[in-house]
Amino acid sequence: MISLERVTKTYPKASRPSLDDCSVTIEKGEFVFFIGPSGSGKSTIIKLLLREIQPTRGRVFVNAREVGSMRSWKIPNFRRSMGCVFQDFRLLPNRTAYENVAFALEVIGKSKAVARRVVPEVLELVGLGGKEHRYPHELSGGEQQRVAVARAFVNRPLILLADEPTGNLDPDTSIEIMRLLDRINRTGTTVVMVTHDSNIVNQMRRRVVEIDSGRIVRDQPRGVYG
Amino acid sequence: MRARYVLSEVAVGLWRNVTMTVAMIITMAVSLTMLGASVLLYWQVGQMKDFFYDKIEVSIFLKSDVNQSQRDAISSALEQDPLVKSWFYESKEKAYENFQTMFRDAPDLVNSVKPESLPEAFRVQLNDPEQYRAAADKYSTFEGIEEIVDQQRLLGKIFGILGALQKMAVVIAIVQGVAALLLVANTIQVAAYSKRREVAVMKLVGAGNWFIQAPFVLEAVFAGVIGAILAYLALVAAKIFLIDGSLKVLTELLTPVPWLNIHITLPLLIAVATVVNGITAWVTLRFYLRI
Repeated sequence: MISLERVTKTYPKASRPSLDDCSVTIEKGEFVFFIGPSGSGKSTIIKLLLREIQPTRGRVFVNAREVGSMRSWKIPNFRRSMGCVFQDFRLLPNRTAYENVAFALEVIGKSKAVARRVVPEVLELVGLGGKEHRYPHELSGGEQQRVAVARAFVNRPLILLADEPTGNLDPDTSIEIMRLLDRINRTGTTVVMVTHDSNIVNQMRRRVVEIDSGRIVRDQPRGVYG
Repeated sequence: MRARYVLSEVAVGLWRNVTMTVAMIITMAVSLTMLGASVLLYWQVGQMKDFFYDKIEVSIFLKSDVNQSQRDAISSALEQDPLVKSWFYESKEKAYENFQTMFRDAPDLVNSVKPESLPEAFRVQLNDPEQYRAAADKYSTFEGIEEIVDQQRLLGKIFGILGALQKMAVVIAIVQGVAALLLVANTIQVAAYSKRREVAVMKLVGAGNWFIQAPFVLEAVFAGVIGAILAYLALVAAKIFLIDGSLKVLTELLTPVPWLNIHITLPLLIAVATVVNGITAWVTLRFYLRI
């Protein structure tokens, strides 16, 4: 489903590479944590998978497609097969929960009728039934992240990427978000999550890939934070 | 659905930044008016050349004491000259007749002039009126010639003035056009900045590049079209109040500016504004949004 083959990424003007000769393969339906201290290069993986950046060396495959050499006009369509959530939620402040999720559908050409059918369903799934018409500032952090998850999942992507999704949340709320990601994973969606939240990693007991200074130092199934 | 989304985004974008939009449209309108005026002048000069060059003649006036052999020398030279299209000889009597008909409204003037006081002349049409200088040089060496007069020289001054006006209009159009384009680029950047969150989400969820860019590009194109329409209205006003108004006397001399020419500038200016603004917006977005 996802594989990195000897990927090195060096940013311009950086003294050392963010990722240094990393190889990792993720199967369909897996739930994988990438862990490591700040600046270890784990967020670079998300950026590579989204094709926001290209690898300096090596190859990145997603859904059996080589991402690094992908023509730029193919990128939008490619991104439709993925969902992504971030630490800072990235919701549109002047739109309600419903409108935020519907926006993601409308801008890829889905009709309003489709949105009316699908959006309430996915908001119900993330536990926001009844709060569709609240604006982000009227929701708690955890609820805002649920909206973001709903937006990422509404298109039923094959892969869900999560970049420190619990970074701005308290421990209890973090657990709730993790339950939600776990539920989504059980529908067959591959989940790749970057985090440095040891509690969560230890509780979930899923595959853990540890990165330090751009190198993979550990890759174990059902691992703990260490 | 998507078309409606794009159009409402355009309307919101233009309204949110309304002072900038107005500034953009005004500069654009001035630039396009100048462009339209210069095109009209260009057509006008071409049309006038066609009109007058058929009628232009070089007149070789002869001295009063010219003798027959000198006349014959000139006429046989004209006969063999490749520069000359046609020519005829105008005697003193014929010149007087022409003079009488030309100034029949001023009998006092006609009465004061005797046939002897008018010079006899060769009236010559050249194949290429621009070749006047060559012809004048050639015949000025003949004996018995008082003066060689070319109507082209008078017209040349008029064409020179019109040409200078046209160049001035082009320069103003270019300077204003550059200002207008900078305003377009700035407006697009401000619009893209104010919608940076939406753009980020759209890129993330995989909206098509054209779909992300279309509202911004259409914003610029819309402003351009409004500018073009204003410029056209300015040219219509110029036709009514200047060309057919206070400058009427001049335009009768200069051949009239037809309405058709004025109307043709509308699609022309709209096309120029659309293409130039669209490209400017698109290039700005490529640098600014990196899509």
